[in-house]
Amino acid sequence: MSFVFEISLLLLLLVTAAGAILVKDLMSAILLLGCYSFFLSVVWAWMGAVDVAFVEAVVGAGLATVLFLLTLFGTQPKDVRLRRPPPPIAALIGLPLLGVLMLYAAKDLPAFGDPASPPSVRISPSYLQQSYQDTRTPNVVTSVLMDYRSLDTMVETVVIFTAGIACAFILRRKTL
Amino acid sequence: MIQPHDSIIVQSLGRFLIPVIQIFGLYVLFFGQYGPGGGFVGGVILGTSMLLAVLIFGHDASRSQLAKKVLHGDGVGMLIYAGVGGLCLIGGGEFLNYANLEIPGLEISARRSLGIVLTQIGVAVDVAVTAISIVFSLSAQEIIEDSLNG
Repeated sequence: MSFVFEISLLLLLLVTAAGAILVKDLMSAILLLGCYSFFLSVVWAWMGAVDVAFVEAVVGAGLATVLFLLTLFGTQPKDVRLRRPPPPIAALIGLPLLGVLMLYAAKDLPAFGDPASPPSVRISPSYLQQSYQDTRTPNVVTSVLMDYRSLDTMVETVVIFTAGIACAFILRRKTL
Repeated sequence: MIQPHDSIIVQSLGRFLIPVIQIFGLYVLFFGQYGPGGGFVGGVILGTSMLLAVLIFGHDASRSQLAKKVLHGDGVGMLIYAGVGGLCLIGGGEFLNYANLEIPGLEISARRSLGIVLTQIGVAVDVAVTAISIVFSLSAQEIIEDSLNG
């Protein structure tokens, strides 16, 4: 069992993420962030979550890049204050500790694709078995999002609507 | 004010690509029940295709009128989504329980399938309008005043 594809994807993710943080030119940082989203969508597709990969590719690599670029054109492309101060000591000590704690906790998570893990034993089989008879929708992700968990999706739509309204209220008023 | 792009390559490619992207967005929106995709992605693709017209042809061109008209539809998607829930309430059931949609001659499973399609259209309209609205908010001031004054 070889992990060549996974390891190269992980390396690309790490390189683009670090580049987006470290690069001085803000335009390059935005484009690197778009590359990061695209590689992340490849990772989702590789793990079998095609719907998530689709959303990540369209929103993360497409729309968010356009929004960042428009924000950049509204400001100064070369920010002179970009040279950051060194991180505080508390962050240097605390963040690696937090990482070690999370790695320690990740040991207890079920393995990827484990058929005996709690969600795939208790709730997934009923969705997978009843979705087509209930809703005539072969894509179980859509039927869960739009039918079984419809109220959640409605509130998500409210969140998006609120984001648009808030942007309009903040940005569209006349300059005093 | 977004000026039109002066490269002939970008303009001809945009003329060819924008209808294809819109057809693909509709396909993703209505194929979400049978494959990957759905209302959210379809709405983003439709919204970005209209934004592409604005970014390529400038905001005064006739191809950008659609985006400026769509801008007025803030909240219509929410209205569609909550309206389907309200229709379910009228049909005598719970909120957003599509089996209570009062449509004669449809089985319960077909009603739920129809409810999924309608709510996906609501999500797509909401997302597309919000994407266009945020981009127009981020652009210069006079665009917004022009588009709001007609």
